Amino acid sequence: MKITTAHGSGGKETGTLIQTIFAAQFQNPVLDRMEDAAVVPGSAQIAMTTDSFVVDPIFFRGGDIGRLAVCGTVNDLLVSGAVPQYLTCGFILEEGLDTDDLERVVHSMQQTAQEAGVSIVAGDTKVIEGHGGLYINTAGVGFVPEGRVVGARQIQPGDKVLVSGNLGDHHTTILCARLAMETEISSDCAPLGGMVGALFDAGIAVHAMRDITRGGLGQVLNEYAKASGTCITIEETQLPVSPSVLHLSGVLGLDPLFMGNEGKLCAIVAPRDAENALQILRSSPYGADARICGTVTDQDAGIVLMETKIGGTRVVPELYGEGLPRIC
Amino acid sequence: MTDIKAFLKHYDGPALSLMEVCGTHTASISRCGIPSMLSPQIHLISGPGCPVCVTVTAYIDRLIALSLEPGCTVVSFGDMLRVRGSRENLQDARARGGHVTMVYSPMDVLPLAVQHPDTCYIFAAVGFETTTPVYALLLQECIQRNIQNVKLLTALKTMPPVIDWLCTTRSGKIDGFLAPGHVSVITGSRIFEPLAQRYGLPFAVSGFEGDEILSALYALVKLRRQGKVYNLYPQCVTHDGNEQAQKLVNTYFEPVAASWRGIGSIPHSGLQLRREYAQYDAGSSGLTADHEANRQCRCKDVLVGAIAPHQCPLFGSVCTPDTPCGACMVSTEGSCFHYFQNRRGMS
Repeated sequence: MKITTAHGSGGKETGTLIQTIFAAQFQNPVLDRMEDAAVVPGSAQIAMTTDSFVVDPIFFRGGDIGRLAVCGTVNDLLVSGAVPQYLTCGFILEEGLDTDDLERVVHSMQQTAQEAGVSIVAGDTKVIEGHGGLYINTAGVGFVPEGRVVGARQIQPGDKVLVSGNLGDHHTTILCARLAMETEISSDCAPLGGMVGALFDAGIAVHAMRDITRGGLGQVLNEYAKASGTCITIEETQLPVSPSVLHLSGVLGLDPLFMGNEGKLCAIVAPRDAENALQILRSSPYGADARICGTVTDQDAGIVLMETKIGGTRVVPELYGEGLPRIC
Repeated sequence: MTDIKAFLKHYDGPALSLMEVCGTHTASISRCGIPSMLSPQIHLISGPGCPVCVTVTAYIDRLIALSLEPGCTVVSFGDMLRVRGSRENLQDARARGGHVTMVYSPMDVLPLAVQHPDTCYIFAAVGFETTTPVYALLLQECIQRNIQNVKLLTALKTMPPVIDWLCTTRSGKIDGFLAPGHVSVITGSRIFEPLAQRYGLPFAVSGFEGDEILSALYALVKLRRQGKVYNLYPQCVTHDGNEQAQKLVNTYFEPVAASWRGIGSIPHSGLQLRREYAQYDAGSSGLTADHEANRQCRCKDVLVGAIAPHQCPLFGSVCTPDTPCGACMVSTEGSCFHYFQNRRGMS
């Protein structure tokens, strides 16, 4: 069956679409009430975020737009120190979309939500004219445990920079799909609750944490250096990049340091905890290739430096330009 | 390599100015942090080897005009979209209704042309010897498949004439050239031999890895004042080059005087479509006008290595990658872009 404008009418077809595809997958006591808003128990400190997903193509090696829509919002909450609890999702469907594809995406969202330990408690659907496209917005709420403060202001000279795994996998996957190139590279799209929870449970002094999405690690570190007034020095030889991504990015003139990821985080931790944090990341799901790749210093405020593999030193600039459109 | 690195760091002989002509070398030098590994006696100068940077404003203006013509779409690499013509760039033109598409390879235009036979696709064919064979292939494919709705607007350039111009015209001395690796793959290292002999200067053909560039710089310092070409990229570059690609280029293109941004016209420094293929030309001849939008912009001096990018009065204040005045700050191969991004020459 194809999506038609009737599915967006608010009438019988809309109801059927919601019941057969969305409610069937996302069922939980809050959503099942089918009220205009979800009423849920709260917490003293809540974290909220929202993100829209327009990735093209909607299915790719290692994931799809649905998994991405859950991971993106869940990971934003996690790296803010919150425990993600609830998501809402808004679907914009273009006329001509195959309902089998929609069902696959929704099923993937439900599976990912389950893996991430969140419930999808509210949603919306709109149908527009077009060529069978699909766009998703998710908003998320998480609860921040009392006393937990994570952010750039906590960064101090001496802190170590950890990255949870190989850089550039998602970016390369989408680019290869667009260029119709056959590769073994898969998106890293994943919810990072396991590794983040393990870091906090072990009492690691996590001063700051970001998921490394568009703009890549290079952009995250520049933002950290500016916001904290510190210098961050990274070692080129310690940046984790898989051989295939390294090769392809070389051919395409891309730098993995600025390529987008969907299941990687950068954590700035107290130096005494760095080794322990590394072991925790490496034994977590999706963290096998984690590395300590840099140190915070008070050398040049607001600057990111790289010690290059041939022994030089250079500034790691901020990302300029368009980058790859519709990567997430 | 340890000895080479130590030599370059502690060199205390006469001051030397070595020019990397190729934009990709400029990028690699910045990426690898090579300036931090050299003695203050060794100066690296960036030359006119970024194809976007050396394109004159009349060419951009023509692309913009074509993008606004009904039934036309301009197809280009990404960098070209942000370079200003005399008044605006292709992005501005797109925002007011111009048809502009960005691609990664010239061959990407073929499926577009087949899918939309009523649209004329005009490829912004800029580049040096490295890129021209791909335009020749595109043309060959169009002819073989009888695709009529693809045309080229050419601003193709060749390296030896502009290096010759630099050696005869530039006021400051150059003590050696890091010869472009990609160009040499096509042309062979032999194209630099007449220049090396005429001016008594060393040319080192180099790859793009940090160690390769350091080795080439070492060769240039050690062998200064010797008019020889050293091929230090033998895994990719031969003496005679890729003869098949040269033949393909010669089938479709012929030498012509070309206009270089900030330099003017240099005889035989460009390529144009041969007369028998004129129907594939979108009006490339006569595009010589070159008007800087900001009169203080010193791209022309930067392009020939007369000043370092940070010596331009606009650099880093008025002119940044976000608000570029000249092409050298726009292109990812531009020397101003790299100096700014990597804070080269800045305190």
